[in-house]
Amino acid sequence: MTERMAKSLPPFQAFLDEHRAAVLAFLRSMVGPHDADDCFQETFIAAMRAYETLDGRHPRAWVMTIARRKAIDHHRARVRRPEPRSEVPEQAATDGIPGAGDGSRELWAQVAELPPKQRQAVALRFAGDLSYADVAVALECSEEAARRSVHEGLKRLRESPAVAREAA
Amino acid sequence: MSRETTLERALRAEAEVPDADGLAASVGVAGRADAEGLVEIAYGLADTPLGAMLVAGTRRGLVRVGLPRESFDDVLAGLAAELSPRILELPSRVDEARRELDEYFSGDRTRFDLLLDRALITQPFRSSVLEATSEVPFGQAITYGEVAARAGSPRAHRAAGSALGANPIPIVIPCHRVVRSGGAVGQYGGGREMKEYLLRHEGWLADGE
Repeated sequence: MTERMAKSLPPFQAFLDEHRAAVLAFLRSMVGPHDADDCFQETFIAAMRAYETLDGRHPRAWVMTIARRKAIDHHRARVRRPEPRSEVPEQAATDGIPGAGDGSRELWAQVAELPPKQRQAVALRFAGDLSYADVAVALECSEEAARRSVHEGLKRLRESPAVAREAA
Repeated sequence: MSRETTLERALRAEAEVPDADGLAASVGVAGRADAEGLVEIAYGLADTPLGAMLVAGTRRGLVRVGLPRESFDDVLAGLAAELSPRILELPSRVDEARRELDEYFSGDRTRFDLLLDRALITQPFRSSVLEATSEVPFGQAITYGEVAARAGSPRAHRAAGSALGANPIPIVIPCHRVVRSGGAVGQYGGGREMKEYLLRHEGWLADGE
């Protein structure tokens, strides 16, 4: 039975190649460049374990649902047992990660201050590059609620002094 | 509205990930998936004088060789459909096959010592034809009729041709050593030129031929 379902699936490598950039961008926006690689591995390992259950679903939304859960797990784990590293200034964490330290991430630093639902919605939409329908799938809510979360998140961002300064 | 668009674009631009980072992260996934036993089919590329070949293996052995003329995307999609979609690029898992192919093409190897996974060879007659073909040594060739006879059906030379055309592990199962009775080399999945190259390489065809 499983074998039958698997027949329509592309090779896992093709699935990984197609979604890796969006998933990594989403995770960097959620947990920062340093921890994103760990969450990225967790995400795709979980996806590979459950690959047959993807059958018939939208692949990007499906993998992003897993990535979002991994990001949330990551945040919870950090709250439970903060590592010593968390006292090191954020910049140090990006050392040695190509591309992580150069481009400024000021906007995403502001996104991190949003309420969780809005933060996730904005990250799924603009870092994960999802349609609103897919944001809804990944957030496990209605499309209308997904739009509202993105909209409210953006509104709050525009009101934040740091973003207003940049836009000026 | 335009202000919102600017913000949206700025968010996208700031989130963008260099392709090299995505690639490095995905290589990490492949290594860990391998360590956790999740990979059913591992593959890598082998450089040969005729171009890159695709080498794919399971835990049981070499399962597929893709010739330069084939679309590797199609080859992998076929493996996903017929065997398992748990396929990842892990060149180290197919190192042995890549090394033996290297040695074959550089003239240092005349027979392969590789474990084969014959999962793609499902029909009994085709299996017999490919078994008989495997017995033909380096530098020799037999005809389609002969291989059919050795497979137990002397008159089935056409069916033998189809079996050879569908050989999932060319070069290693040397279907290029089966030729037409008139002396012509006959067809080959990798193209006639490739078949001639291989037969010249093995000395069955003279250099000028």
